[in-house]
Amino acid sequence: MWIYEKKLQYPVRVSKCDPRMAKFLIEQYGGADGELAAALRYLNQRYTVPDKVIGLLNDIGTEELAHLEMIATMVYKLTKDATPDQLMEAGLGAHYANHDKALFYHNAAGVPWTASYIQAKGDPIADLYEDIAAEEKARATYQWLINMTDDVDLKDSLSFLREREIIHSQRFREAVEIIKADQQQKKIF
Amino acid sequence: MSEERKLTEDQKKQYYELLYEMQAVDFILVELTLYLDTHPHDHKAINQYNECVQKSMALKNKFQSMFGPMYHFGNSYSTYPWTWDSAPWPWQV
Repeated sequence: MWIYEKKLQYPVRVSKCDPRMAKFLIEQYGGADGELAAALRYLNQRYTVPDKVIGLLNDIGTEELAHLEMIATMVYKLTKDATPDQLMEAGLGAHYANHDKALFYHNAAGVPWTASYIQAKGDPIADLYEDIAAEEKARATYQWLINMTDDVDLKDSLSFLREREIIHSQRFREAVEIIKADQQQKKIF
Repeated sequence: MSEERKLTEDQKKQYYELLYEMQAVDFILVELTLYLDTHPHDHKAINQYNECVQKSMALKNKFQSMFGPMYHFGNSYSTYPWTWDSAPWPWQV
């Protein structure tokens, strides 16, 4: 059951209207290595992992939804005052024709989100290694996004998100060790 | 249809200050939650967690008394009229 808390996990400020940057940020909204993929991947895997790691998948999955909201807030603030001409100039013409300024789950190239981006093998080692990889990919993507903007406020929020991915990766690595230790123990009669 | 309240300059300042303080302590709580999920026997971390819970609850009570409910589904009280769904929502702040 989810409860909603009416605040962002970390503040999101933007210095100016910048639909060009919004177009790239959408990669972390509806892209393969983005927050929606992360949230759904972990929240889905949690049903069939060993008890000792359910909590971690539940909690990181929930935090990713909060990150999804932060990305949405960035895109919203960067585009809310843009004219259709500005959106078209920024490469968001196709998006505007379909969605106006509504957000949507697609990547920076306009490719819609798909469940093919995620996996749940039912094997906890396979699942956790996928999760570690996902966090590393997300971290790298945030680094590229930080490189693409001069907006100090935006860089700050993106840096926060990048740091969180590093921590998540660390926790998943610990979870692998917990699973391995458990599997070792079970062999001893 | 709910409308956004008009705040005084002083109230606006307090709004942002309290919000920032809550985000700071709640961040620690998220971080500790994930850490404790993989380190359940860390006594010191659990104490720190509970101290932060107390701090967080105090900040939330203060914030909510001034600016209205932060939670739905019975996790906050409501005054009259219902203002849970009033602006601003987080992406509008």
